[in-house]
Amino acid sequence: MVVVREYEEILEAYDKAGGDQANLKNKAIASLIVHENRVLNANEVQGIKLRSEQKENGIMAELSVEEGRKIGYPVHLCFGVLPKEGLQEIVLRVNVQSNSRVSVIAHCIFPNAVKVTHKMDAEIRIGDNAEFSYQETHYHGEFGGVRVIPKAKIRVGKKSIYSSTLTLIEGCVGVLDYDFEVFGEEKSINELTVKVFGKKEDDIKIAEKIHLNGREAKGLAKSRLVLRDNAKAVVMGETYGNAPFARGHVDCIEIVNGEGVIARAIPVVYVKDKQAKVTHEAAIGSIDKKQMQTLMARGLNEEEAVDVIVRGILG
Amino acid sequence: MLEVRGLKLTLNGKPVIDDLSLEVKKGEIHGLLGANGTGKTTLANLIMGINHPYEGSIIFEGQDITRCTISERARRGITLAWQEPARFEGLSIRDYLKLSRNLESREIENYLWMVGLPPAEYLNRAVDVTLSGGERKRVELASVLAMKPKLAILDEPDSGIDVVSLPHIMNGIVEMSKQGSAVLLITHGEEAVRVAKRVSIICAGKIINAGPPQEMCQWFKSNCQTCDHINIPSE
Repeated sequence: MVVVREYEEILEAYDKAGGDQANLKNKAIASLIVHENRVLNANEVQGIKLRSEQKENGIMAELSVEEGRKIGYPVHLCFGVLPKEGLQEIVLRVNVQSNSRVSVIAHCIFPNAVKVTHKMDAEIRIGDNAEFSYQETHYHGEFGGVRVIPKAKIRVGKKSIYSSTLTLIEGCVGVLDYDFEVFGEEKSINELTVKVFGKKEDDIKIAEKIHLNGREAKGLAKSRLVLRDNAKAVVMGETYGNAPFARGHVDCIEIVNGEGVIARAIPVVYVKDKQAKVTHEAAIGSIDKKQMQTLMARGLNEEEAVDVIVRGILG
Repeated sequence: MLEVRGLKLTLNGKPVIDDLSLEVKKGEIHGLLGANGTGKTTLANLIMGINHPYEGSIIFEGQDITRCTISERARRGITLAWQEPARFEGLSIRDYLKLSRNLESREIENYLWMVGLPPAEYLNRAVDVTLSGGERKRVELASVLAMKPKLAILDEPDSGIDVVSLPHIMNGIVEMSKQGSAVLLITHGEEAVRVAKRVSIICAGKIINAGPPQEMCQWFKSNCQTCDHINIPSE
């Protein structure tokens, strides 16, 4: 009975976080639901192997996509800690074999957190000519009592496509220490995106690193942050052009909307091959005056105008 | 509908708008013709509430709105299309057109057709840097049309526009008038001003002449093109 109640509670929180629990119940969709260190439900579909193992403070999960499989529905992952305090450590191993395609939608839910730590240690291997996208959305409560520490190393095979987006705009961030590092082979496409809305005393650190190791590999490290109150953030976008005709770009925008905000951006562009090219643009500043005036000339008040601009950037 | 009375604005010690008076009647397209740097955009900003005059008043539908905010003026039915409209990351054209009123899809599509933008191609595109200058101006005009304002101030909608886009822009302006909006059409192009019912000529922050479009265009060519009153700092 306790497990059933726990299962229902996490599904309810999942809905509130913007998910659709029907996806987690649908047998045609691969899914994994984890509360604290307990796997509440796991569903495999043809072409996907999903294994999980309970650990003292979390779980170890393995997701494997068979060679040549194109998975129609996204895999849904749900990681949550519902009590006010807790530690959740997720070790994730993903193996997307050659010529396959899959996308993953992950929701991380900590609605009541006062002192919760969520760590993820991911290793993702993508074979050749494969496609993998990973969308992670967080839902935190208003207390700001969450420490989120996602680390990932992603190896992307020849002619493969990897993209990931971390979205953390609901509730207070708390502490975020994000560190994703991608290694792209020949003709691979590698994109890292982070969208964060920092409020109150949030402390945000983002490191996006892309190594373009193969000829004609492409990479984009993109970050969009809006900061208000006393939030502080540092974004380190690094792209390394290590092979001929590699093309990389670092693109960071931080919007500052508060007296106590501190925003920093540290782009690193590094080229080792004379035929590679890596560029960067970083903009930190307050909300654009002309954008505000335009929206106000359509009848929006100042608050509504800020909301439209912020939703656009983080949406 | 709009009465601007004795407006004065000084920037960096220089008069930019100098005792300017102007009237725009309900439903009319009123052209404001002037060379670069004569105070056209500054006047548009004053009417919209982006800047405030140190002297004079702006009366709209009998109410003094001189000290109203931009939003307050917009809620009374005034809007402005900028010469170089702002761009918005992540905001779709569909949502941009719905900012002022909750429109049905069919209405939004109609407004896009009016400015020559096929909805299937544009509805879900963002109002961002991926739009060309001409496309962005047409989206701006569509968004003004969608607002159904009582007074639309259009700041040089024809500048920097290619020959393909220009007829669509002009069509949008005519449609605006047909739907009952008064238009203050700011331009330094003679072609655009021909759709106006009346034209005022601005020079050195003052209205120096007013009359029918053809007559004013001739007057403008004869008198303004060699004028040296064009170095106003605000533009």
